[in-house]
Amino acid sequence: MSTVFTFRIDGKDVAGSEGQTVMEVAEENGIDIPALCHLEGIHDRGACRLCMVEIAGSPKLAAACMTRITEGMDVTAHSELLLEYRRTVTEMMFVERNHVCAVCVANNHCELQDTAEELGLTHFDLPRISPKVDIDASHRLFAIDHNRCILCLRCVRVCDEIEGAHTWDIMYRGLETRVQTDMGIPWGESTTCTSCGKCVQVCPTGALFEKGRAVARGSKTRRPFLPWMKVVAEERGL
Amino acid sequence: MSKPRVATVWLDGCSGCHMSLIDMDERILDIFERADLVYSPLVDYKDYPEDVDVCLVEGAVSSEEDLHKIKMVRERTKTLVSFGDCAVTSNVPGMRNPIGVAPLLDRAYRENVTLNPQMPSEIVPKLLPTSTPVHRVVKVDVFLPGCPPSADLIYTMLDDLLAGRVPDVAGSRFGR
Repeated sequence: MSTVFTFRIDGKDVAGSEGQTVMEVAEENGIDIPALCHLEGIHDRGACRLCMVEIAGSPKLAAACMTRITEGMDVTAHSELLLEYRRTVTEMMFVERNHVCAVCVANNHCELQDTAEELGLTHFDLPRISPKVDIDASHRLFAIDHNRCILCLRCVRVCDEIEGAHTWDIMYRGLETRVQTDMGIPWGESTTCTSCGKCVQVCPTGALFEKGRAVARGSKTRRPFLPWMKVVAEERGL
Repeated sequence: MSKPRVATVWLDGCSGCHMSLIDMDERILDIFERADLVYSPLVDYKDYPEDVDVCLVEGAVSSEEDLHKIKMVRERTKTLVSFGDCAVTSNVPGMRNPIGVAPLLDRAYRENVTLNPQMPSEIVPKLLPTSTPVHRVVKVDVFLPGCPPSADLIYTMLDDLLAGRVPDVAGSRFGR
């Protein structure tokens, strides 16, 4: 039997098992911590930095999805300062590439858009970079528009951990970072892709989408395999 | 006491935000019981007047004319509202930014043209190097994102502004 730790999140007494993350215990207790890379059923990666929380006694912020709980820890998940940080992080995601919600397949089905609304982000103080970014529509069923990718890497993780294909990975560094298929060849030429579509379903934005869907028609609310994903993850002890 | 003076301006946008404004239906009567509309593409005043209390700006700043106009509007206006996604983020007009002006015009006026290809040089204003949100050029007091913002949101915001309250833009969202 695993050890139970009791601790506090935003002043609320909570309990969890040793090995759980702050994010998991927060979710179990109905405490909403914003996140875009976290998804139940795949490994956490701490990519999006939206779930940063304060831990009493630590001079640094910590990603709730990557921090294991300890006995007596005192977590602040919501404060004016954290809200400001989260707004800035979200703003950076918007200005780094070319997000145009009005003409996006994921309009109103987009977790980035939801996050901006929840955080009350009404405009961007940072200038947009407006990079010239590619679209790969070589796959028969799906396409990736890198303009809309926020590098949450859910596609990379679901393809590797659940489908077992590891078609997706990342290449380059910094602002040039891109998700890629099979060592950077066009998606349609990939010999590992099984065309299962899991990457499309887990993508939080309109970066990965089914071909033939019109603006605002790219609903991803039907993720029927997600509960199954969780079962597989548990069975494999992930 | 004279009524607050309200204006609306249309820069580089599709006029959809103005359509959404009209979409307030009979509530528009309530608003303009309490305020005077002193300049707008919806009415026939030719010049932007002095001493405007509230101005809704639709559209991004994309041309030299837009730039000239928004600076003049800012000087003559107390509360400037960035009205809709084009004004707030540059939205669709900003999709040309990664391309650059010269290749863009080339594509539109030469490459895809079979009859008399030529660059427009008269009457139309010169494009700026990039299409930018309003607040990157002048100070903006209120942001109302949305493509377009709903009539309800516009009404709530105008109602608040006319009553002297800090406008509530909760529920506004990029896109939508």
